[in-house]
Amino acid sequence: MFEGYTLAELGSIFAMQGFAGLILFSVFVLMALGLAIIFGQMGVINMAHGEFLILGAYITYFTSNFFLNYIPALFSAYFFVAMALAFVGAGALGMLVEWSMIRHLYRRPLDTLLATWGLSLILQQFYRSVFGAREVGVELPQWLIGSLPVTDVIEVPINGLFVMALTLMITTAVGVLMYRSRWGKQVRAVMQNRVMAGAVGIDTERVDRYTFGIGCGIAGVAGSAFTMVGSTGPTSGQLYIVDTFLVVVFGGAQSLLGTIASAFVISQAQSTMEFFLSGSMAKVLTLLTVVGILMLRPQGLFVLKVRR
Amino acid sequence: MRSGNIFLRRNEVVFLVVLAALLLVVFPMALDGFRLNLVGKYLTYAFVALGLVLCWGNAGILSLGQGIFFGLGGYCMAMFLKLEASSPEATAIQSTPGIPDFMDWNQITELPFFWLPFHSLALTILAILVVPAAFAWIIGVAMFKRRVGGVYFAIITQAIAAILTILIIGQQGYTGGINGITDLRTLKGWDIRTDFAKEVLYFVTVALLLGCLLAAQFVRRSKYGRILVAIRDKEDRVRFSGYDVSNFKIFIFCFASVLAAIGGAMFTLQVGFMSPSFVGIVPSIEMVIYCAVGGRLSLFGAVYGTLFVNYAKTIFSESFPELWLFAMGALFIGVVMAFPNGLAGLWQVHVQPLFDRWTAFRPGARPIAPAAAPAERRT
Repeated sequence: MFEGYTLAELGSIFAMQGFAGLILFSVFVLMALGLAIIFGQMGVINMAHGEFLILGAYITYFTSNFFLNYIPALFSAYFFVAMALAFVGAGALGMLVEWSMIRHLYRRPLDTLLATWGLSLILQQFYRSVFGAREVGVELPQWLIGSLPVTDVIEVPINGLFVMALTLMITTAVGVLMYRSRWGKQVRAVMQNRVMAGAVGIDTERVDRYTFGIGCGIAGVAGSAFTMVGSTGPTSGQLYIVDTFLVVVFGGAQSLLGTIASAFVISQAQSTMEFFLSGSMAKVLTLLTVVGILMLRPQGLFVLKVRR
Repeated sequence: MRSGNIFLRRNEVVFLVVLAALLLVVFPMALDGFRLNLVGKYLTYAFVALGLVLCWGNAGILSLGQGIFFGLGGYCMAMFLKLEASSPEATAIQSTPGIPDFMDWNQITELPFFWLPFHSLALTILAILVVPAAFAWIIGVAMFKRRVGGVYFAIITQAIAAILTILIIGQQGYTGGINGITDLRTLKGWDIRTDFAKEVLYFVTVALLLGCLLAAQFVRRSKYGRILVAIRDKEDRVRFSGYDVSNFKIFIFCFASVLAAIGGAMFTLQVGFMSPSFVGIVPSIEMVIYCAVGGRLSLFGAVYGTLFVNYAKTIFSESFPELWLFAMGALFIGVVMAFPNGLAGLWQVHVQPLFDRWTAFRPGARPIAPAAAPAERRT
């Protein structure tokens, strides 16, 4: 598959595809972070995760329109407001869902899958009825348009760089929250041994609710960032949900580091192969490889050693 | 329980007679040709639901990839019918006559090798049974021998369903792509598009379904079936008792896949085409909901659940298309939250006691306690 390319051409192809892969990587990481918290830490299979992402994207879309129409002077900064709103909106919905559905199902993880799938159908139809079936895209502020030339043949788009920087920030924040804060310690205690955590005085119900809310909130922020690189419609969330679950499982469900590593491997493999094969074959090969490796190593790449 | 070994309990004989009468007498008399064909189509999904009762309800293995096997069975049948419809005379206008039309459009000039066995009906029927079983065996061995189970199994089967859909859509020249294999006409010279043929196919479907139901019932009632329940409830204890748990799981998964494939083949015959939209994630999860609504522990419930959900779907999408997804979502949530044992569970709790008292042969016969919901461990 490499015939007909010179070495220099191959180099820039890999660089360009590698960069495109980094954007895909950012999307995967942002989606998978929330899922790694909800699925990896709580054991809840949230099939509606994609719809929380779309909620964030719609919130961003409306915020940008609001700024454009009422306070155009501040338009270049709308995104940061939108991101905060998306976090709060998706997080609040997540907490509501946890309170009304998920908390009754903690002992039946497979049933959370069915219930949240039902929720995702309802949310999709809700988006379609309220916002229309058409895909929407946001107008980017001036400073995000354009691209930086690195060499003669390689150019990197600024919005891609921005999304990557954002991913880095959010990932760091989640890492600090989970591994350095008192709250993160409580979350990990509850997830590793619920009964014992309750016995030492941690309010496990409250921890569950906030954990689920924060996982969904991160999905909302991911959706917000997603509008920078693509358009969103009512069913866009579903496109990514299987990939995201594979990312989380492949990385080892309880390890945030594993999630990031597997998102990197999958996105790079996919984007590099896409150049040489058709997009669908690249996807088939990537997914098959991941499934194959998972059969050899069911616990994923990074295993947290816990005595159960 | 005294009658534990009997293949069909007294109640179940009654259920079977009622179901057979409903499908073989009431529906054909009450419905016109179009509606009857529609019921026939629903019933092909019931094969999948039967398999899911065994696999999920009895053995605790939730497969989100039953669409794979439904599709494999359906595609095997469609390939046979397509080859028959693409005789050199019928395809004389193509640049290479004698191959299916979509291959001609995709500049393929020779029939691919894996299409060759489908010239023969006997080999096709064999393929409908063997290909899905072999595929399920490979997945089962790879997963259960490594002790992958529960949630992880569900996610991986889902990913495989996604892979297969992408593959079918991507390899347009060999599979017909997103349109699938269409324009199927005859089965051994017998036109399957006439009203009479559709009626015959309906009765064949019902007969096969009742046969599969009895076979599934036999598996459930056997000693093997009881070991499966033990595996579902306490896998480690069964393993420590000296059973090779994985072989039991592999067998039931293969069995369920063959049931799904038979359903897929009958679907193709009755509907006249097969496409990747019956293979992927969404149909696979919908098939799980048929089983869940009917009751994951009851074979009869699975058939009624399939009929009920599909009938509701048809009604809703005819009159209020935008409400259907809301209704479907609410159904998912309602079944899981409010009545996890589905219609069959409601029957057992509310109707069965009355029924038992009414039909009791022995005075003072105690009603049978409803079966408990499968206990899933938190993983």
